[in-house]
Amino acid sequence: MKQYEVTFVVDPVLSVDEVKSTAQTYIDWLQQNGCKLVHVDEMGLRQLAYQINRRSSGFYYCIEFQSENGDFITKFELALQRDERVMRYLTISLDKFGIKYNQDKRDGKIGKKVTKKDKAAPIAAIPTPTPVVEAPPVEVPHVEVPKVEVPTATEVTEEN
Amino acid sequence: MATKDDIKFLSNPNIGQQRKKYCRFKKFGIKHIDYKDGDFLLQFINEQGKLLPRRITGNSLKYQRKVATAVKRARHLGILPYLADLLK
Repeated sequence: MKQYEVTFVVDPVLSVDEVKSTAQTYIDWLQQNGCKLVHVDEMGLRQLAYQINRRSSGFYYCIEFQSENGDFITKFELALQRDERVMRYLTISLDKFGIKYNQDKRDGKIGKKVTKKDKAAPIAAIPTPTPVVEAPPVEVPHVEVPKVEVPTATEVTEEN
Repeated sequence: MATKDDIKFLSNPNIGQQRKKYCRFKKFGIKHIDYKDGDFLLQFINEQGKLLPRRITGNSLKYQRKVATAVKRARHLGILPYLADLLK
């Protein structure tokens, strides 16, 4: 059993029902081909980082599924390629860490959100020291140049 | 009277010290890098949307490769830009 993940972007011009039916056709397609669906993530309307087919947003879908063999994936991708409603698609096979990551993400707090916060906190801590380093040099010239005007320098720091 | 707060260094004493770089993936045990998480990947690219080198991010080779793959996947799906201006 190998686990795969397919992400695709659906054209936002379609109505909500059409978008849903588009996604549903692929979900059904996968089920007909003997895949075991693990999770369907509707990521919703998102802004694209660059224009694709003159569209600046798209509906993101992420389907996770298990399959015995990956032979049908070329066919599946061909169907996505031919579909005009789908702007972009990407199929990847997940390794054990990816499976665990997605599982934790679905469970919410337990795995991913905690690790995400762990992830976010130290990373947030990495850029923060730099402003601390950057801030004193701003003060330093105030002290260096007008040595008499120490009160003004303190005023500046108070404003900051 | 000069109090303790008035004492200021003429040069920043922290400036000469070099912070030891480390691989955040190794340090925090992150095994999988999600290509759908654009905000996280934003930390590994510069303002123009280019990948930052290892000598700046401090990633180990193993995870730098994974970051690169994830960024490229995100670009394909329109989560990150291929080229940008003033991304941050």
